[in-house]
Amino acid sequence: MTAILETEPAARRRHSFTLYAGAVLVGIHLLVALLTLVWLPYDPTAFAGGRLEAPSWLHWVGTDRLGRDLFTQLMIGSRIALMVGTGAVAIGAAIGVTLGLLAAFASRWLDDALAATLDILIAFPTLLIAMLVVAASDTASLWSAVVALGIALSAIVARLTRILAKRVLVMDYITAARTSGTSWPGIVFIHVLPNIWPTLSVNFALQFGLAVIAEASLSYLGLGAPPPNASWGRLLQEAQGTVYTAPIGAIAPGVALVSLVIGINLLADGLREAIDPTRRAR
Amino acid sequence: MTALLDIDRLTIRTGTTALVRDLSFQIAAGERVGLIGESGSGKSLTALAATGLLPAGLTAQGSVELAGQQVIGRPDHVLDRLRGTAAAIVFQEPLTALDPLMHVGRQVAEPLARRARRDGRSLSGAALEEAVLALLDEVALPDPARIARAYPHELSGGQRQRIAIAMALACRPDLLIADEPTTALDVTTQAEILNLLDRLVRERGMALLFISHDLPVVANTVERVVVLRKGEAVEAGPVSTVFGAPQHDYTRSLLAAARSFDDALEGRA
Repeated sequence: MTAILETEPAARRRHSFTLYAGAVLVGIHLLVALLTLVWLPYDPTAFAGGRLEAPSWLHWVGTDRLGRDLFTQLMIGSRIALMVGTGAVAIGAAIGVTLGLLAAFASRWLDDALAATLDILIAFPTLLIAMLVVAASDTASLWSAVVALGIALSAIVARLTRILAKRVLVMDYITAARTSGTSWPGIVFIHVLPNIWPTLSVNFALQFGLAVIAEASLSYLGLGAPPPNASWGRLLQEAQGTVYTAPIGAIAPGVALVSLVIGINLLADGLREAIDPTRRAR
Repeated sequence: MTALLDIDRLTIRTGTTALVRDLSFQIAAGERVGLIGESGSGKSLTALAATGLLPAGLTAQGSVELAGQQVIGRPDHVLDRLRGTAAAIVFQEPLTALDPLMHVGRQVAEPLARRARRDGRSLSGAALEEAVLALLDEVALPDPARIARAYPHELSGGQRQRIAIAMALACRPDLLIADEPTTALDVTTQAEILNLLDRLVRERGMALLFISHDLPVVANTVERVVVLRKGEAVEAGPVSTVFGAPQHDYTRSLLAAARSFDDALEGRA
């Protein structure tokens, strides 16, 4: 008995460590992103130094092959990554949760049709769908990339929402709520959404990471944000040619990308532990 | 006078198999009726059919009239007004019948506020909170203010069932359907919950449909019983008649089983 009691604080510490580590990583990116709105060390388009300079006090991670300050571009990259991740997840969640709930509540025929469509969409790689959407719009811009990724992610969110909602809908407390006269909208907002939210929110964090990586891939392929926007993917692409002579140009955006994605995942994990009362108690 | 619940030749099918066949009985306002039978005899399905909430894939034929309104074949938006007001259900397993992520106080508040809206009143804020605490007090929960802020998993089985009863009472139904409300509880708690239900039903003048496989439990709570076997009513009548002079073999075997179990418990076997 005492052993059980003693493990509890340790477990709680582990949870809060996850939460804090995630919050710190995401917080740094968020602060940097906000900072770029009011202040930058250099003009991102100005040739501030020599070509491919090594890191120094003047240029913390050196300069690119045109002599522009890389740290300035990395900072702008933070802002772009957060915008892309937030935007894509917001669009993906709005479409995906709506479709998923619709499928869960629909008649068997409509549900089967929606489920089959979602399975086919999911069979396509996210990046491929996003490329198709970008190609269908006239010009590649940051927002076309965000919308494309949002649509591509929505299929995954919809399928997860459908499964989670179906599992909640067969629970006794749904029947109990129905017998006491709760209408279908009431069931969705009072019972279904709060109960699937812990799992969904963790999935949103994974999608956020996916979106940031996918945007980097789109930019790397030249389908993402066009040049004045220094997305991490474009920085990686530009560093490709000089990766043997100046590896820092590829390493720095890579580290930035990985730190944000890990941070988001830790934060989501920690948040789920914190908001789920049945986990908190154990 | 029309019955509160009038079930007439109700047949419930899954595909071609009949789970309940030609079941008929009535419950008048304020009357207490027991529906007994073994597991799988169709008791719970009958309760769900009474509120038009059969699981998908099951179809009902015949007639179920609740508060004078036909239930079978009516759309949800019509039945939603009837549910809660005409009849509310207390389920067998109180842990799964409560939303795990919601404070139990809020779960009691939902039907309270809904009933108030239906009556054309508005109940919110401090008044709603007070009504919730009063209701928790009525189902004899200790320290209502603390319990209201708890989650279902933080309460004991008996406390959870009291919450479920409070939720049903919050609807102020004319008919309370109790579907094996004591089966998931230990013997001492069973007795407490039974006494509570008995007291509340009498105090509020509600009709009661008590579903159970446990004969002694039913006998003390209700006035009339319907014995169900494999979806068919084999015997019905006042408690004293059915239990005192059972006409059907099945009722006799149920009674004998209950008696020999009691004997075994008390070492008389």
